[in-house]
Amino acid sequence: MTTTFDTTTLTVTIDGRRIAARTGQTVLEVCRENSIHIPTLCYDPRLKPYGGCRLCIVEIEGLRGYPTSCTTTVADGMVVTTESEALFELRRSVIELLLSDHKVDCLTCQSSGQCGLQDTAYEHAVEMPRFSGELHVEFIESENPLIARDLTKCIMCGRCVRICAEVEGRYVYGFTDRGFDSLPNTPYGVPLHDAYCEFCGQCVSTCPTGALSNKLGKFKGRIWEVEHTETTCGYCGVGCTLDVSTKNGKVIDVTAPLERGVNGGNLCAKGRYGWGYTHSPDRLTTPLVRRDGELVEVTWDEAIAEIAERLTAIRDEHGPESIGGLASAKCTNEENYLFQKVLRAGIGTHNIDHCARL
Amino acid sequence: MTTPPEETVIAPPALVEIRVCTGTGCIANGSLVVADRLESAIAQAGASDRMRVTRTGCHGLCAQGPVVVTAPEGVFYPGVDPDHAEAVVRALLDGSGPVTEMLYRETPEEEPIARYADIPFNARQHRIVLRNCGVIDPEDIDQALRAGGYSGLRHALTDLTSDGLIEEIKASGLRGRGGAGFLTGMKWELARQSVGDQKYMICNADEGDPGAFMDRSVLEGDPHSVLEGMAIAAYAIGASEGFVYCRAEYPLAVRRLKKAIADAAAHGLLGDNIMDTEFSFHVGVREGAGAFVCGEETALIASVEGDRGMPRPRPPFPTTSGLWAKPTCINNVETLANVAWVVAHGAKALAAIGADDSKGTKVFALTGKIRHSGLVEVPLGLTIHEVIDEVGGGCQGARPTKAVQIGGPSGGCIPAHLFDTKIQYDTLLAAGAMMGSGGMVVVDDTTCMVDLARYFLTFTQDESCGKCVPCRVGTKRMLEIITRITEGKGRDGDIEELERLADVAKKASLCGLGQGAPNPVLTTLRYFRDEYEEHIHERRCRAAACAALSTYVIDADICKGCGVCKKHCPVSAISGQIKELHEIDPDICVKCGVCETRCPFDAISRM
Ligand SMILES: Cc1cc2nc3c(=O)[nH]c(=O)nc-3n(C[C@H](O)[C@H](O)[C@H](O)COP(=O)(O)O)c2cc1C
Ligand code: SF4
Ligand code: SF4
Ligand code: FES
Repeated sequence: MTTTFDTTTLTVTIDGRRIAARTGQTVLEVCRENSIHIPTLCYDPRLKPYGGCRLCIVEIEGLRGYPTSCTTTVADGMVVTTESEALFELRRSVIELLLSDHKVDCLTCQSSGQCGLQDTAYEHAVEMPRFSGELHVEFIESENPLIARDLTKCIMCGRCVRICAEVEGRYVYGFTDRGFDSLPNTPYGVPLHDAYCEFCGQCVSTCPTGALSNKLGKFKGRIWEVEHTETTCGYCGVGCTLDVSTKNGKVIDVTAPLERGVNGGNLCAKGRYGWGYTHSPDRLTTPLVRRDGELVEVTWDEAIAEIAERLTAIRDEHGPESIGGLASAKCTNEENYLFQKVLRAGIGTHNIDHCARL
Repeated sequence: MTTPPEETVIAPPALVEIRVCTGTGCIANGSLVVADRLESAIAQAGASDRMRVTRTGCHGLCAQGPVVVTAPEGVFYPGVDPDHAEAVVRALLDGSGPVTEMLYRETPEEEPIARYADIPFNARQHRIVLRNCGVIDPEDIDQALRAGGYSGLRHALTDLTSDGLIEEIKASGLRGRGGAGFLTGMKWELARQSVGDQKYMICNADEGDPGAFMDRSVLEGDPHSVLEGMAIAAYAIGASEGFVYCRAEYPLAVRRLKKAIADAAAHGLLGDNIMDTEFSFHVGVREGAGAFVCGEETALIASVEGDRGMPRPRPPFPTTSGLWAKPTCINNVETLANVAWVVAHGAKALAAIGADDSKGTKVFALTGKIRHSGLVEVPLGLTIHEVIDEVGGGCQGARPTKAVQIGGPSGGCIPAHLFDTKIQYDTLLAAGAMMGSGGMVVVDDTTCMVDLARYFLTFTQDESCGKCVPCRVGTKRMLEIITRITEGKGRDGDIEELERLADVAKKASLCGLGQGAPNPVLTTLRYFRDEYEEHIHERRCRAAACAALSTYVIDADICKGCGVCKKHCPVSAISGQIKELHEIDPDICVKCGVCETRCPFDAISRM
């Protein structure tokens, strides 16, 4: 969530450091800006503060108990402690509780190495959780080709529910049941494709565990094996920043970095999942010209010469109004400018449209 | 101050009134039929001009329903059979005095007590909140007005500024009756000081504690007192709109409330320009689906907004950012019923009742092993002993009282040896319990304290909203441990693990539900730790309440060998020849208790 801040600056003291903050910022935001680490699981900067996982608790002078830093806004003169024995013990217990209700499946879990639960457990030196007991309801959905849901690994952070509602406005998920059995689920637990899901995968992007994962990349590569290439999505003019994961020269997953780009971690269904064409055997990799009813591979120079020749002939015979051009929202502004120039100045027609309805 | 509003024309009272309780409890016992029969008896006697039946709210002594009280004499008939309606009417008409056989007796041997006010149950009570319950017909606004209804609002609107009103409530010392005991005047002041183009006043009528029915009784018996309190609060904080959030499982309360709102609006007591002043206040009812957590104020707000009732962290408090992010004041039903009285009678009147930090009265729902279960209103500062033994008539049956559970699922168990504890906010907290909403469950030595804690934990775990980890998973783990203890499978270290989990849930849970959930366990550990230890180390339940740790035994000296037990045992666990001692095989016995109830000689007992 981007928040518009008051420009008023305040001074807060965090772990003994005096730090300038802006009105409206949360304690967690101020800490992050100043490289003070606080563990979190239900926090995602794209979403409204929630306060569910309880890992980000801190001590604040004058406030009772252990307020959550992700939900508490700073006040001038606030004195915050982010690390103490009591905090460490409470956070550690919370992690142990989560693990006591978790299918600990790190061996082959797609999220291993990029899992919030794994990281916080490691950080708090949890070897064997002290608590154990029944696991919450087993729920696995994999009827669709894109999103795998294994809610046995769900920690109920609510991020999927919230991103679908707050960012996508889609409300595919809600919480079902109460207490230990509560789950982020579709109405009546129907499969995603029956719940008006548009498969943008935003829920997967925010899930801190392996409860939601991208099927396309599953078992294709571990996070530490892949190469990351940052690039811009070619699907439309928004130009979202992509992080393309490749292994052995093959794309296995596409994600978006939270901290960079116009999209700030968000992607649509095409940007996230529409990369199947890259390695498709049907993909056109050189221009083709039909000669005697057969498509024949040619060079770009040959192809462009052919187009110029044929368009000129048509214009001369039928007039410029007989020609129209369809540009693409996948092109940049500059490319579209040049395209209309070819049609207007080169051919002499205003018949230009585009396909910004991807 | 209790003069009714001048403009309103009020029908004159009938000379003789027969008040029939039509609270949910008495209705369940058939009071509506009793009321109908009384009416036909009056009509038949041709006395309709002098005599009237009033269908009132709860009288308090629910266990003795249907309750009938005559006015003005105040003669009390408990457990009235519809067939006795005529006798009641006849006695009133011929002036022969109360029908002795129908009167109340403390015990069958004792002399009857004629007047309701004179029974020991009422001796220590002080009815402020319940002032009109059992007295007026809650569906008749004229009766409410005659009883002084809306005079507090009139006084506030005509004689007091908002600030003056807040000062008055502060001076009374009134604290919220919904659980936390926050000072009402202070809360109003915070809401008043918050900046907002729109403010809301909400009445919390969710009442989800198991066994609690104070708020329901007030709404069913005197809804106008709550609406009046809301309007006064709204005037104080500057709200023009309000909601009553009531569970849909209280259909009678909802119906009476809606009627009261419509009637008050028709009388110019709610709506635009109330009592021809600048002040406007509109009230709506929102029905909740009965989740305990929706009583928590932020979850309540989420529910009113149409979302799933899940709490959110505070700050911001609702007084700053509440319903639809506007400043919102939330008060409990009982708090608001007090408000109207305080404004009408003055702050000093309330401050004169009660003790120290706890002013006024508190309504309690007395249940469990107590002789007079029902609804009582007592001044704060009485001891637990005074409420249980003097008002409640002591333990039901011959067994000794063991403890009282006060404050619902977030409250605690106070053992009998601490019954001198005064019922005040701070003293109860110090004893490990809390005032809560006012549930009081009395238990005797047939209740196992471990099992009692398990019961409350089962409730809170079921009702947890699932949002935060310490409550959702922590209380589940606690429940698993305590369940295995009651099943005789407790292990070394279980008590310590319970304490560790309780500490996490208390300190790290988001809302009061999770923070309070360990209390029943912690107080039973504090006062009855030996019972936990016996379960774990000796596999013994001294109350013989835990099925896995108790057996049924036939007393050899009493058994006549009649064979009745053997015949009725559903799992054939009993063997023995006729006229010879019978025996129960504990390995087959499922502890259903059928034999115990069937034995004609009381030779079988659970131990
Ligand atoms: C789990 C939970 C359940 C609650 N249920 C109720 C309830 O049923 N009725 C109520 O008035 N307050 C309830 N409360 C307390 C409210 O949050 C709030 O404090 C109260 O309504 C404020 O009113 P008061 O100041 O008049 O007491 C509950 C609190 C918690 C944590
Ligand atoms: S599925 Fe993932 S994002 Fe959704 S609640 Fe569970 S852990 Fe959180
Ligand atoms: S303490 Fe329990 S009821 Fe309250 S927010 Fe947490 S999970 Fe929900
Ligand atoms: S990150 Fe603050 S409670 Fe989860």
